[in-house]
Amino acid sequence: MPKLIPVADDLSKPFWDAVNQRRLVLQHCAACDRLQYPPQQTCQVCNSAAGLTWKEVEGKGHIAAYIVIEDGRLNRRMPDQPYNLAMVTLDADPRVNFYSNLPGTPPYKVPVGATVKVTFEEVAPDQLIHEWRVVA
Amino acid sequence: MTARDRYQWRRDKDGLGVWEHRGKVAVAGFGHSPVDRRWDEVSMDKTLGAYSILACQKAMDEAGVTPDQIDGVICCDSHIAGGSGGSASQWAPRPYFDPPYDSEWGLTLINARWLIEQMGLANVKFAPTGVPTISEMVGMAAQAVGDGVCSTCLVIYPTGNLEGRYRRGGENADDYARGARQWTAPWGNHGGNDFINMFPHEQYCRRYGGKHDDLAPFVVNQHRNGLLTPWGYNATHNVPQLTVEEYLNSRYILNPLRLWDCDRPVNASTAYLFTTAERARDMKQPPVYVLNHSQHSFRKRSTQEDLDEIEDWTDRAAKRMYEGAGLGPSDVDVFNPYDGYAPMTQFFLEGFQWHGVKRGDAFAFYAGDIRVEGPHPLCSSGGNLGTGRLRTAMYTDSIEQLRGTAGPRQVKVRAETALAAFTTPSSGGWIMFGKHPS
Repeated sequence: MPKLIPVADDLSKPFWDAVNQRRLVLQHCAACDRLQYPPQQTCQVCNSAAGLTWKEVEGKGHIAAYIVIEDGRLNRRMPDQPYNLAMVTLDADPRVNFYSNLPGTPPYKVPVGATVKVTFEEVAPDQLIHEWRVVA
Repeated sequence: MTARDRYQWRRDKDGLGVWEHRGKVAVAGFGHSPVDRRWDEVSMDKTLGAYSILACQKAMDEAGVTPDQIDGVICCDSHIAGGSGGSASQWAPRPYFDPPYDSEWGLTLINARWLIEQMGLANVKFAPTGVPTISEMVGMAAQAVGDGVCSTCLVIYPTGNLEGRYRRGGENADDYARGARQWTAPWGNHGGNDFINMFPHEQYCRRYGGKHDDLAPFVVNQHRNGLLTPWGYNATHNVPQLTVEEYLNSRYILNPLRLWDCDRPVNASTAYLFTTAERARDMKQPPVYVLNHSQHSFRKRSTQEDLDEIEDWTDRAAKRMYEGAGLGPSDVDVFNPYDGYAPMTQFFLEGFQWHGVKRGDAFAFYAGDIRVEGPHPLCSSGGNLGTGRLRTAMYTDSIEQLRGTAGPRQVKVRAETALAAFTTPSSGGWIMFGKHPS
């Protein structure tokens, strides 16, 4: 699948560096004890920057909803159509969610509510992205 | 001319109370250009710039205002296709034309400065830059007139479209996902109102027991109302009435989002003339008073908004609007929420509880009588789905309904208040109009 290649910036570099090591790390606010994804300059709840650290989380979640992209606008993804696009919630904090194409799950056959586990997929040399696979 | 970029005009917080200028500002005129599918790249009287000037002239003529009386111009730069527009968003590298079309200005970009120069508006003292979309522009105009920043203000909203598939270029043609897109584009989300709403819509169907195709009667009715809107794309291009069967057999874009859930990009412009209620009473048309304007910009918790967030946001937007207008759901006669993708209108309908619709009731409401002749004339404008992606039908229809000049679209129920918006659940704004100032 020719997925678009993420370009890390100063804020996201620790996240992508961890993904490239096959680890999932999210921002954690010590004051609020909340996880945050995507990363931001400050905590979305208390607006503190000082309390934000990176925390490794267990890559387990559930499928909350999905659509199937049949006529999207991204040139690089055209050959993949139709493909699933799911919203996955993180078990460690269901307020955190991720997109996933659910590798291994055929289009339209998405088991909403199913358990998923994080996996990592190469989109370019030395660049992985996080993906989610349904747990059998 | 002053560009008061730091002018604090927004009403975007909870608990602001009744708007201080309620009933003291009015809309005195509007004007629509023709609505073309695309600019034909030949006719210089059909450019986005020419159409914007034409819309302004029509709005001024309708109100009986001369160019020397205009002291405010509010216009966003462009809404042709944004950063992902590609071939449809920019004229270059093709050669430009004679002035005033010797750059992108007038072809793909329009702003207050360009319009003021072309129209010779000599007395403009308020022409802000960095103006947002139409939903916020009307609020900005209402507040500026109420505050006395200007007294006779044109609001212009151009929407352009050139040859090429809409938003298939630019960042959408990139192999890399930069900035905020690093969290969305690798998995296929190119961004936009469709993605904002499709996941909550899917959750909505599961939570309340409906199915996507329950939208069919709503979409078909939007097309019906569009055909009753004489200036709209459908009515001026003999687009046949959409049927339920055609809707149900239409292809998917973002399954279950169908082709007919999407609006049609067009090349057109709309203008409105805002002034004080006092001045409006001496103009050619009966004033349509502004009873409140409100804005919102809610932050999602994570990558994708979910149904709980969407319902909370629309509840809060409704509360802000009703509080500022001093009205409640049962006071709203004409309801024109945004429909630029069909699967979001239910969130607004239920949040604002128009005609008593509560959470989970929208699909049953759509299955009832929502025709303009009926007891529940939802979206009498036809919206974007029925008139094209102008994003202004909601405002024009509201004005016409309160004037009693909507012709075959005129609702049979009382028409003394009207609520209109171009907004997503997360960001945008609402405006409440009244036939009477209080």
